[in-house]
Amino acid sequence: MNVIKGFATTFKHLMEEPVTVQYPEQVQKFAERYKGRHHLRRYENGLEKCIGCSLCAAACPADAIWVEAAENTDEERYSPGERYAKTYEINMLRCIFCGYCEDACPTQAIQLGHEHQMSFTDRRDAIYVKNMLIDPPAEGLEGTPRQVEPGVYTRSIPDMEDPA
Amino acid sequence: MSRNQKIGLGVGVAGLVVTLLVVILIVSNISAIASWIGFDDSGTNINGREGAIGMLLNPESRVTNVIQCSDHAGCSALWPILFAAGFALVIVTGFAYTTLLERRLLSFLQHRVGPNRVGPAGFLQPAADGVKLVFKEDLMPAGADKWVFRIAPLIKMVPVLMVAAVIPMGPDLMLPWFAPSLGDIWFQVPQGLIDSNVGILWVIAITSIATYGVVLAGWSSDNKYAMLGALRASAQMISYELSMGLALAVPVMIVGSMSFGDIINAQRNIWDWLVFQNPLAAAILIIALLAEVSRAPFDLTEAEQELTQGYMTEYSGMKFALFMMAEYIGMIAVSFVAMAAFFGGYHLWPMDGAPILAPLIFLIKVFLCLCGMIWIRATLPRIRYDRLMQFGWKVMIPLALLSVTWTAISVVLGDALGGDAYPLISGAVFVVVLAFGAIALRRLGEDETTQEAIPMEDDPMYTGERNGIGWALIHVVGVLVAIPIALINFNIRALEGMASFGRTPEEDRALESGETAITPSGGGD
Repeated sequence: MNVIKGFATTFKHLMEEPVTVQYPEQVQKFAERYKGRHHLRRYENGLEKCIGCSLCAAACPADAIWVEAAENTDEERYSPGERYAKTYEINMLRCIFCGYCEDACPTQAIQLGHEHQMSFTDRRDAIYVKNMLIDPPAEGLEGTPRQVEPGVYTRSIPDMEDPA
Repeated sequence: MSRNQKIGLGVGVAGLVVTLLVVILIVSNISAIASWIGFDDSGTNINGREGAIGMLLNPESRVTNVIQCSDHAGCSALWPILFAAGFALVIVTGFAYTTLLERRLLSFLQHRVGPNRVGPAGFLQPAADGVKLVFKEDLMPAGADKWVFRIAPLIKMVPVLMVAAVIPMGPDLMLPWFAPSLGDIWFQVPQGLIDSNVGILWVIAITSIATYGVVLAGWSSDNKYAMLGALRASAQMISYELSMGLALAVPVMIVGSMSFGDIINAQRNIWDWLVFQNPLAAAILIIALLAEVSRAPFDLTEAEQELTQGYMTEYSGMKFALFMMAEYIGMIAVSFVAMAAFFGGYHLWPMDGAPILAPLIFLIKVFLCLCGMIWIRATLPRIRYDRLMQFGWKVMIPLALLSVTWTAISVVLGDALGGDAYPLISGAVFVVVLAFGAIALRRLGEDETTQEAIPMEDDPMYTGERNGIGWALIHVVGVLVAIPIALINFNIRALEGMASFGRTPEEDRALESGETAITPSGGGD
């Protein structure tokens, strides 16, 4: 009878290993394009990619990003080009992790990484400021701000060999 | 320091003080205690006794002087209290860990893992749940009837606790009592609260009282959906009580006694288990008991999707915890009843040498029964309410009557023919029942989709026609039953007429008004 088959099915589950993943001891692998916490990336020479254009803030559907730009000088250079982001804040409680900011960025500065364990106990702590989002400089390289020779870093967007 | 912290500190200090006092008392009297146990350095004994260790190691010194607990005033007053307290503690702890068992086992049957974070393998989960429920706000709806609202969970809870009182956990124990003035005595104590002569009747009666708690809870909540849920729950419980009573009549017939102690003692060996003598009654009992405690698949009354928790909707906090307790303790109590009635109770071969193991064996059987109930919950879908009622009245009661008839035939013919007739006849009826069952199940398998539809004008559901073998049988049986009753009535009247033939009207009137015996004066002197 079908009832007996039903009992046999549930009993079989008892004998098999459960499918539960025991988080946090075991973590499931993420897809490569998983949209986690934002990172502000740097170039290989250590300068920040973010130029403070606030296209990401304009693209954000949840109005979670706040950008204030300031002017780069050669004595105190953060990013190649004229502007850099003096203030860059993302409100993680407003952010919906859609990735539109990543799509809108002209320099591929903001990218969504894999960190997902963000928790805070106060709403104020949910606002991630620039120094929480910026990637640390690579080993041995000087960070920003730095002093550079004048005239080298004049373009915000790097030269492309073949623009087509 | 907050108020709760101060209370905690006070309790902690009080506990420390009490512990210190006990330790001081023991240490200061250590020599007296040692000689009482038997560890004195004199080598000889007080009053010629050997002390506890000697009794344990020397079995021949046991069983010299046995007093029945019920004969001794102090023991018969104290033992039931102690046993009841211990039993209640065991059942309440058992309830807590039944919730854990259910969550874990249900999870494993569903290919997942249940709570395993709180304590090793989740063993402190019931404690965490208890603490959470205690801290929840205890709401009462504005229009609720205050006292009924408060009392309803208790009315559900207390009867299910009382059900287990008549089921003995084991045979009589011999407890030693070391009173230096009395010498060696052993008290023979029962491992049960009351081994009543009418245990089965007690079970049926007390489970009916739990229905009141359900109805009062729903009514006093001032919530129409809760009331509907309560009515449904009570109707379900009442419907399945009939088949439960009939199924419980079967062990009574086979054993000849309504006392649970006798029923359990009639199943000393595994081949004596009553489930093998009438499996139909065992199955009906288990299904009816599942419906009594509103357990899956009969749990429509508390399904969240249906009536938002039904009669428990307006309850929160500790009162809700009491309802949950009542449900799980009901599960445990009906497992007790089913195991005691059909599956041998506390008997199993290791128990014969050590009566103290009997409760353990009984609890293992109850544990397996609980696992079976959880397995059923994991497998079967919920039965819709109207089908549930149809099942209770149209399927369970006829089958219960059939099982009672089976046992009745077997017992009567077995007694009449003597010897090995009982098992043979029981087996023969079993084959007949199986045959009918197979035919009926095959019939059930052909549902409306495998047969042509009857046109509406012929469908008896619409025409109201009463034909077919069922109706014919009912009429035949009705006539057969009516004839003897009519004859009896006729005969009583005829006899009365004959008796009053010679009586004068005054004597008639005096008889009616119940005066003293009248000597009939007869038609003449």
